[in-house]
Amino acid sequence: MRTFSNLVKPYIAWMSVFIVVPMLLIILYAFTTVGNEVLPFKFTLDNFIKFFDPVFLRVLGKSLQVALITTVISILIGYPVAYFIANVKENIQTLLILLVTIPMWINMLVRTYAWISILSDNGLINSFLSKIGLPTVTMMYTDFAVVLGMVYNFLPFMILSIYTVLAKLDKALIAASYDLGANRIQTFIKVVFPLSLPGVISGITLVFLPAVSTFVIPKFLGGGNYMLIGNLIETQFITVGEWNFGSAISLIMAMIIMISMVITKKFDKNVEENNSSGGGRLW
Amino acid sequence: MVGIKKSRWLPVVVVGTILLFFYLPILILMIFSFNDSRSLTVWAGFSTQWYTQLFRSRDMMEAVMTSVSVALISTLISTFVGTLAAIGLSKSRKVVKEVVLQVNSLPILNPEIVTAIGFMLLFSAFTIQRGYTTMLLAHIAFSIPYVILSILPKLRLLDPNLAEAALDLGATPWQALIKVIVPQILPGIVSGALIAFTMSFDDFVISYFVTGNGVKNISILVYTMSRRINPTINALSTILVAIITIALVLINVLPMMKKKEKVSYE
Repeated sequence: MRTFSNLVKPYIAWMSVFIVVPMLLIILYAFTTVGNEVLPFKFTLDNFIKFFDPVFLRVLGKSLQVALITTVISILIGYPVAYFIANVKENIQTLLILLVTIPMWINMLVRTYAWISILSDNGLINSFLSKIGLPTVTMMYTDFAVVLGMVYNFLPFMILSIYTVLAKLDKALIAASYDLGANRIQTFIKVVFPLSLPGVISGITLVFLPAVSTFVIPKFLGGGNYMLIGNLIETQFITVGEWNFGSAISLIMAMIIMISMVITKKFDKNVEENNSSGGGRLW
Repeated sequence: MVGIKKSRWLPVVVVGTILLFFYLPILILMIFSFNDSRSLTVWAGFSTQWYTQLFRSRDMMEAVMTSVSVALISTLISTFVGTLAAIGLSKSRKVVKEVVLQVNSLPILNPEIVTAIGFMLLFSAFTIQRGYTTMLLAHIAFSIPYVILSILPKLRLLDPNLAEAALDLGATPWQALIKVIVPQILPGIVSGALIAFTMSFDDFVISYFVTGNGVKNISILVYTMSRRINPTINALSTILVAIITIALVLINVLPMMKKKEKVSYE
């Protein structure tokens, strides 16, 4: 089978150039500054130190806050939706899941752009409000608009990942719970919900990660002055041209995401262990 | 069934509201692409003027061509390379497999913007002028990992003796590959290609960072134009939504119909 294993070699070369080298370049840029003609790079930690300015820390805090709010709202809405879909007849389930999936495939810029004409000061909502004699509300360029845009874009991921777990749930466990005298609420709290946690956790990663790093949604719905960490990186590379600082911010963001993934993974393992021991006790 | 309290209307209301939330904005966007005025809030009668303008706009048509050609070429190449790499991986030693898969998963786990600036730095380090070629290269590069991941599970199900038998029966390795292995993993290859195509066609972040020389795909054009309200964006979006919806419905309905056929044969 040596002949076939050789097939991977060209890809290893490709992968080194297009995955490994870019990562190394980001690290190189983050830890250096433009040097002189003899030595083009100079090692420095300034790019990281610069980030610990209150202005930039506030941007980081805001990004985490917005992403967290988006994630919480997505769980609160996504869980019941996934739960209800998992409990209808199978052919209706397929249809509903298709309906949840379609928006995910529509260009994210188009989906976000769609909200501008609804939320703007003379948009659909405000013209409706003034028509029925109510005062208008400023929604565009607020936190509300940004969170709404994020929930709109990322909620399908949450619904799908919770649904996948709920749909695969062994119905015998629920029947057993009823047989052992639990009512509907007890069964949900003690059986269904704990077993569905892996879905919630993967949903959290699928919503939180893109929410932390997006720069399109804040730009469209938050306006030019609305800065999240993604916008900060974009500005450094596209407008300001400070690639070293931009690389450092990207590295910090990648670290934060890595850490949050490790935490959620650990949490996921705990859940699985509890579940398996719980299952053991059940029998 | 699973349920807290059986209520007939609550699920319908909750799921219905969310679907309305998902589709209403898109629907409004589509309706106003047929508006007779520039306004995106006041209906002034039916017209197709924005579509006429769309097809007359050189920028728009160029962006559509860029998106379509980049998506087609990058899908072809990434599916080919990804298929070979996946087959090679499935026969490789465990260490090689693990290292490759680990590196392979980096672009999937990393935020898009990090992958994007990685490519940008790469192209500038090799002093490659940013434009169509760099966009194409980047799209091939970010698609391959997904192609590999969608083919590997199929290879795991494949009986390793099959290729062995083909070789014993006198097939050349290439024949064994094309006539025995590839047909068995075809569903994985097709779904990998579909993922590659849609990801490339919809991509904004990576294209935005690696392009230059005024080369724009649809997403970049929408991004630069959307600061002012412009109903031609609505017209373009309407066409995109229609294509994606038809494609998704076909992809989902066709297998169902095939399944039914199989059942009736049995």
